[in-house]
Amino acid sequence: MAQTVLHKANTRGVADHGWLKSYQSFSFAGYYNPDRVNFGALRVLNDDIVTGGMGFGEHPHDNMEIISIPLEGELQHKDSMGNTATIKAGEIQVMSAGTGIFHSEYNSDKNNPAKFLQIWLFPNQRNVTPRYDQILLENQTKRNEFIQILSPDKDDEGVWIYQNAWFNLAYFDTNYSQTYQLHQQGNGVYIFVLKGQITVNGQLLETRDGFGVWEIDSLDIKAVVDAEFLLMEVPMEF
Amino acid sequence: MSLAQILIIGSNRTIMETIERLINKNGIWEATIAFTNDEALRELNSTNFKLVLLGAGIEKETQLIETLSQLYPALPVVTHYGGGSGLLYAEIYQVLMPG
Repeated sequence: MAQTVLHKANTRGVADHGWLKSYQSFSFAGYYNPDRVNFGALRVLNDDIVTGGMGFGEHPHDNMEIISIPLEGELQHKDSMGNTATIKAGEIQVMSAGTGIFHSEYNSDKNNPAKFLQIWLFPNQRNVTPRYDQILLENQTKRNEFIQILSPDKDDEGVWIYQNAWFNLAYFDTNYSQTYQLHQQGNGVYIFVLKGQITVNGQLLETRDGFGVWEIDSLDIKAVVDAEFLLMEVPMEF
Repeated sequence: MSLAQILIIGSNRTIMETIERLINKNGIWEATIAFTNDEALRELNSTNFKLVLLGAGIEKETQLIETLSQLYPALPVVTHYGGGSGLLYAEIYQVLMPG
């Protein structure tokens, strides 16, 4: 029987550092809720807004798969592997932190905020050699289909990570519905609504709501109004 | 009030120093770094730790976990992810502040 967890947008943790406003679906830094630590391998889902000209100074990471999805604006990335890049809306960035990396991220546009999702997954291997990648999401304007942006397979669509996870973005028109088939038994799905309203197996979700479902083989998703959402299939045991 | 002692083990000096700084900043915990398994066992022999955090780059990590569980069966050993990031406090809270 399907198990579910609902995280309404207004129940997320909030951190306001002036230059950074962060809405946190799971416990992070000063926000600790023992009932919201992770959803399977999904450990962090931060909905961040960075003021123009500001950003994260150099800081370390290890043993984590870190995915950034810009929603508006752009971020300048610099890391200890020698990568210097700008990532903007319509792209996706991935880092496998492995044995350890240092990086900084700044909003280089002094006049406009950068909005992005910061997503961390537990890896399926510890102490891998760190790696960085970013790609343009070429299919992201397509409507009424699941657009794969991440998988565990180097040769599949989107970026890849060290975890049996699949991410899809979707832009559904009002009343459009589609069934999502899970790739792997034992996985669950966490859906995060970027905009609009959808139902997932009958559960109504609104902008920035999160909904986790597991012990299922498929999900029925319907747009109540025009909607954009991110669907994250992750192992529940890892 | 005495500070809860936490042993952090890992090979990357800068990351370990970051984790140490973040733990000590909390005010109720105190961190000790061990860069090798031998150092860790020496520290455990001399101090009453409440928690061990396993960082990145530990050689023979599985063997170390087995050794710790045999020598110190009541001592919680937590695998740390993220490198002194936003996950650190939650990992410690889950063990030292249950409920």
